[in-house]
Amino acid sequence: MHIDLYERFWMWSAGAICAAFFGTIVYGLVSEGTRPPSHVETIDPTAVWSDPRFAQPGVTANPDGSVTVTAVALMFAFQPNEIRVPAGKPVTFRLTSPDVVHGFEIVGTNANTMVIPGYVAQFTTTFATPGEYLMVCHEYCGLGHHAMMGKLIVEEAL
Amino acid sequence: MTTARRLAAANIGFAVAAFGIAAGMALMQAVSRANLELPWRSPQMYYLSVTAHGVLMALVFTTFFIMGLGVVFTTHALDRPLRWPRLAWASFWVALVGTLAALWAIFWGKATVLYTFYPPMQAHPAFYLGLTLLVVGSWIWSAVIIATYRAWRAEHRETPAPLAVFGMLATIVVWLISTVGVAAEMLLQLIPWSLGWTKTVDPLLARMLFWYFGHPLVYFWLLPAYVVWYTVLPKVSGGKLFSDPLGRMVFALFILLSTPVGFHHQFMDPGISSGWKLLHTFNTLGIIFPSFVTAFTVVASLEIAGRSRGATGWFDWLGKLPWGDPLVSSVLLSMLLFAVGGFGGAINASYGMNSMIHNTAWVQGHFHLTVGSAVALTFMGTAYWLVPKLVRRELELSLLAKVQPYLWFAGMLLFSISNHITGLMGMPRRIYDPSYQGSAIAEAWGGLTGLSALGGLFLFISSAFFLLVMLGTVLAGRPTADTTVAFAEPLEGQPAKRILFDRLGLWIVAAIVLVLIAYAYPLAQHLQMPRFGSPGFRPF
Ligand code: HEM
Ligand SMILES: [Cu+2]
Ligand SMILES: [Cu+2]
Repeated sequence: MHIDLYERFWMWSAGAICAAFFGTIVYGLVSEGTRPPSHVETIDPTAVWSDPRFAQPGVTANPDGSVTVTAVALMFAFQPNEIRVPAGKPVTFRLTSPDVVHGFEIVGTNANTMVIPGYVAQFTTTFATPGEYLMVCHEYCGLGHHAMMGKLIVEEAL
Repeated sequence: MTTARRLAAANIGFAVAAFGIAAGMALMQAVSRANLELPWRSPQMYYLSVTAHGVLMALVFTTFFIMGLGVVFTTHALDRPLRWPRLAWASFWVALVGTLAALWAIFWGKATVLYTFYPPMQAHPAFYLGLTLLVVGSWIWSAVIIATYRAWRAEHRETPAPLAVFGMLATIVVWLISTVGVAAEMLLQLIPWSLGWTKTVDPLLARMLFWYFGHPLVYFWLLPAYVVWYTVLPKVSGGKLFSDPLGRMVFALFILLSTPVGFHHQFMDPGISSGWKLLHTFNTLGIIFPSFVTAFTVVASLEIAGRSRGATGWFDWLGKLPWGDPLVSSVLLSMLLFAVGGFGGAINASYGMNSMIHNTAWVQGHFHLTVGSAVALTFMGTAYWLVPKLVRRELELSLLAKVQPYLWFAGMLLFSISNHITGLMGMPRRIYDPSYQGSAIAEAWGGLTGLSALGGLFLFISSAFFLLVMLGTVLAGRPTADTTVAFAEPLEGQPAKRILFDRLGLWIVAAIVLVLIAYAYPLAQHLQMPRFGSPGFRPF
């Protein structure tokens, strides 16, 4: 098969670009441990409120200074809808839904996850800048979807 | 040939009608997202409209248009009538009845679940049954195209299939492999559940099956557009196809890589382990390659066209292209928009950056460049070229047809750039109202949502021009006898031998192996863990 010289050059370049993307991902993986977000844990969506893991949504401080936020996303609110966390400390969010699929996003940060009934979403992040953040649902969940919101307050660490 | 011609006209006619309805609804959506007051504006209306727009554009317009195009390309490039003409008509009617059932459910407010229909939000059974019939119709169409090809193959043992046919066959292979996922979701989960035969479904399993289908779906849309870029565009602009074998390589690579990538839509989902998401990420990066190659081949073919029209310098061949021809300008502009969209796609695929933009307005900006422009604008251009041949009338209102692609281009730049930016600023997609009770953070999106609405207005006017040209042509075009559908000659002449890339069977087997690696294990693992089902909800 005959391939034109310029086209050969182009194909090698395209291959190099793909390889560079590849390399970036591998580099992040190896040096920073940046893996795709994931957490595998199931829960009965019809019994969220009586499940010990979610019976008392809120913020718990851990001995090592990090905090865990347990929250329920439901039609059409977050429970709790105001969350206070310290700046500069790892914050682990744990979320689930007792009804349909929801999303969870803290606007202006990379805190972002799907919230799927039957599963527990969990991720850890750190907020550097104190202030008030907007917390929204980013997956269509019914007629009140655009009103499903809350507030995250990042406080100066003591 | 009359069966093929009528059938293609019916498919494309219905596709254009679906496009028209969806475009009308889209204007309302773009305005609503800018928080401008409209008569009858309500959440019910908005979400119903987004459901209808998504289904009509992404599932109905595309599928019917592609079925029409497939019929034309196969019968003309192989120069023989369709095999099984009755069955060919059945494909159209089955798909049509299914579509009407789904639309009935949507417009009666019984299926406001958006075109992704994630359970446990539950629609009326007619919605699921209707969409399933649409897919069944497309399967019958696939069988007819394959049978026509095989009849030709029996008489031409050694000849490579014409590139236009090879591209359509690749499209069909991708479609048959991928629709297994959505068929399983419909038949095993959603239909029995919506009929009340089963009580609960596993929403994550449904999402896995949906996205097994959902990503190759985009190649089902894109590959027929590529066929137009490779085989029609060089011809109409007066050039030759720069490289026929590389075109075959591109289609073969799409067969191979289209499906084992679906988890890149589920980076943010709980319940799927990191390693499998990673594998799908790597496959996704691989699938960028064939599109790069396409860019070169198509641009080189255009250079040939420009030079054969008298260009001699480095870049003046660009200016010599027939920019006033609506097919040429539509396709060229759609390629420019696709280049921007592809750039964003690489960002979406990088899971680190994806967490900034997942489910924000960025995504809506992204796919209006890809399916909404690379595919839809190419199809509009194709309609200007093809519909006159199907109805045997000259293109009417050709001035509007000349302006329309440029208007789409301008509108889409406004619409998509503003949505990319508001997405980066965190504005969610799929929201009726962006005000969030007057939150100062949400207020910052304001000016840009206005620009997006303005872009929507341009797009709407552009769509209206397109529809007027189509209606004008069908109703009032001057009769013509010119029905030749001709494809570009390869620069080096028609290939004489079949090459590695022509061996469809081989590529299909390799694709199935890759799909098994990427999906069989994670699905088996998923089915084995203790899971809990969800009952249905109808919050609309
Ligand atoms: C006529 C010009 C168009 C305009 C003004 C327009 C505008 C919009 C708007 C404002 C949304 C709603 C976004 C949201 O709330 O998240 C949307 C969604 C969508 N559009 Fe378009 N659009 C147009 C053409 C197209 C075309 C040509 C296609 C594809 C062929 C398309 C496919 C979609 C899809 C798949 C959705 C997603 C619906 C969902 O999120 O469920 N649109 N469009
Ligand atoms: Cu929501
Ligand atoms: Cu995808």
